[in-house]
Amino acid sequence: MGEPAVSMDVRQAGGSVAVVDIKGEVTAACEPVLMSAYEEASGGGTARVLLNFTGLEYMNSGGIGMLVTLLVRAGRQRQRLAACGLSDHYREIFELTRLDEAITIYSDEASALADAGR
Amino acid sequence: MSEQSSPAGQGLPEPVAGAEQIGLSAREARAAVQPRDVGNWAAKVERLAVEQRDGVRGTNVVGRRLTGPVQGFGKMWEKSYSLNAGQVTTPQDAISTWKAHFPEFWPKGNRFAGALAGISPGDVALLDLAIAGGVKLSTGVFVLYADTESFTLMTPQGHMFAGWITFSAERDGEATIIRAHVLMRANDPLYEIAMTLGGHGKEDRFWAQTLTALGTRLGVPDPEVGTRSTCVDSHRQWRHAKNVWHNAMLRSMLQTIAAPFTALTRRSRPAG
Repeated sequence: MGEPAVSMDVRQAGGSVAVVDIKGEVTAACEPVLMSAYEEASGGGTARVLLNFTGLEYMNSGGIGMLVTLLVRAGRQRQRLAACGLSDHYREIFELTRLDEAITIYSDEASALADAGR
Repeated sequence: MSEQSSPAGQGLPEPVAGAEQIGLSAREARAAVQPRDVGNWAAKVERLAVEQRDGVRGTNVVGRRLTGPVQGFGKMWEKSYSLNAGQVTTPQDAISTWKAHFPEFWPKGNRFAGALAGISPGDVALLDLAIAGGVKLSTGVFVLYADTESFTLMTPQGHMFAGWITFSAERDGEATIIRAHVLMRANDPLYEIAMTLGGHGKEDRFWAQTLTALGTRLGVPDPEVGTRSTCVDSHRQWRHAKNVWHNAMLRSMLQTIAAPFTALTRRSRPAG
């Protein structure tokens, strides 16, 4: 596999929410990048990890598979995964693969954080 | 991993800056620019629809929902079957051959009735799979994703496993590596028992034989398939135990027993 054409930056968004800003291409090749970002995001009492897909440019089925693996890891840590910033196209893929039944989808970061704060 | 020649966004309007000027929201702007994978994914479906095809029973598919690892019952497994094809083929040629002749590489006794056009996103294929006692398990698969270097099949309710299987080829130095990669959970408690009592081994042999047949077709001398199997999640999802209602193995057995009566009923029905 080649070098993953993706960057994943982690920031704390207040409370117990960590945001992972995903920019570029999500494929199986970026698993080490995603898992490393998740490690960073999940420390320090994080209860919810929000995947921000606003910068997503491309995703194949390997990328979706990787999210399922991440879901299992988050489940082990009793953390919830959420997603925001998905275009209609990628939102449909989440619905088609029924990932939306395990990863809560928000239209944007503000609504995700508002919901987490309730 | 897929690689395509056109860079993202090439030939498309500049999305966000222009969008702000004309008052589009960020979400509307995102929707206005189509990523290059759009044609690779199937359109969203709620339930499967497919016409009857020759050579297979064609039951246990129409009206079923798709199931991914999230909806399955059993332990979650990640399995990878790989074949080093050396320099006899390119990733694109390997996948093109696999897509065009997919059923021909399956082990004897199993039938795959796909769309005439081959493997394209959104297609539904009907399967008759050989199980113990000469009974055929009738189910299907849905083509979730397809590009020039990979394609992915997703399973419906009632299939042995909930998940997807990705067939791909990629360059590793000078060689082409061909892979079948499975991410799955057994769909219900009965299948979980069956998988534990030899089902996993049977599946391993199935895909090893398939890859060997593909390698032979491509001209690989003495194709040797490597298998890697990892239990990603050892927990069972008991909330999905009720998936057994759709179990295609049980239904296929009942359909086999009922077949003579079903045929008689059809014959005695007045024409028109």
